[in-house]
Amino acid sequence: MHELPVTQSLLKIALDHAERANAKKVLGLNIVMGELSSMVDDSVQFYWDIIAKDTIAENAVLRFRRVPAELQCLSCAEKYHPTDGEFICPKCGNIGAKIIAGEEFLLESIDVE
Amino acid sequence: MPQTISVVENILNANDRLAEENRARLDAAGVFSINLIASPGAGKTSLIEQTLPRLKGRLRVAAVDGDIATSLDSDRAAAAGADASVQINTGGECHLDAVMLRGALDRLDLTQFDLLIVENVGNLICPANFKLGTHKTVLVASVPEGDDKPYKYPATYRGVDTLVINKIDLLPYVPFRMDYFQRGVQALNPGVVTFPLSCITGEGFDGWIQWLIENTRKE
Ligand SMILES: Nc1nc2c(ncn2[C@@H]2O[C@H](COP(=O)(O)OP(=O)(O)OP(=O)(O)O)[C@@H](O)[C@H]2O)c(=O)[nH]1
Ligand SMILES: [Mg+2]
Ligand SMILES: [Zn+2]
Repeated sequence: MHELPVTQSLLKIALDHAERANAKKVLGLNIVMGELSSMVDDSVQFYWDIIAKDTIAENAVLRFRRVPAELQCLSCAEKYHPTDGEFICPKCGNIGAKIIAGEEFLLESIDVE
Repeated sequence: MPQTISVVENILNANDRLAEENRARLDAAGVFSINLIASPGAGKTSLIEQTLPRLKGRLRVAAVDGDIATSLDSDRAAAAGADASVQINTGGECHLDAVMLRGALDRLDLTQFDLLIVENVGNLICPANFKLGTHKTVLVASVPEGDDKPYKYPATYRGVDTLVINKIDLLPYVPFRMDYFQRGVQALNPGVVTFPLSCITGEGFDGWIQWLIENTRKE
């Protein structure tokens, strides 16, 4: 979706935390990206290479940890990974589920020196 | 010495924080607010046009219309009897965000209204990702779009509070399996309230109007 504003926000958060830690350089960013978050890691990387230039986070390595979508059936509480199409519980066949994981989009930590 | 610093911050945080500020302003003024999202042409403005006369004398309503360009939609809202109507031109952006809504709130005397209706930019994907601070997100689906949309846009259908299914007058002419559509909706968003209606015939409006009035009274 909106990888440019998202990447700008990512850079700002990383620089804020690096500054608070009196870091001279940001070496890497550890990002958590849920399967349902509709983010594309290649485009984040693309914008990053442009906007992080001339900051202390230039050349930082972006690491993406993908979190698969996980649902919990509202009828029988079975946890399952949805497949395309209808989200049907593999155990009881009911539809209707709560999302347990897969929506997150977080900066978990940064590596600095 | 290289070291790792824990951050754990939501990357869309800046917008979310502003959305909370907008919500606080609306709460302080006792205004109930909805964010209408839909694909282009689903009938967001038509819904506003048909809703306003039915609320006349019952609720004081302000309309905010987001559009890439033109003030056509806010003119329609004003003509339909909105007590105030504000246009936000997003200048190319395909969604409203919390900053833009803040700008619109600045132009309204919130103490003068009970209900704020925000029409987002016609787009089924991006508006769902940017909170505005409104109390409820209402998705306007429409029959000619097809019954597979919940399956194709799960993130959008999952995140909404209320669903209007517009253009039911076209059901006899368009292949649209209401049960298949509703099954997809309930799978993603169990228990979500749906209002099938038509902005042309007025069928189905009673439930929608009642929902608006009840929620506004609560606020
Ligand atoms: N048959 C039928 N047509 C409708 C209905 N509601 C709206 N329309 C028509 O659908 C078209 C689009 O309606 P709008 O209200 O402008 O749609 P919108 O979602 O505001 O569109 P954008 O703001 O451009 O995204 C118009 O030609 C309306 O007359 C309905 O219930 N039935
Ligand atoms: Mg419109
Ligand atoms: Zn089950």
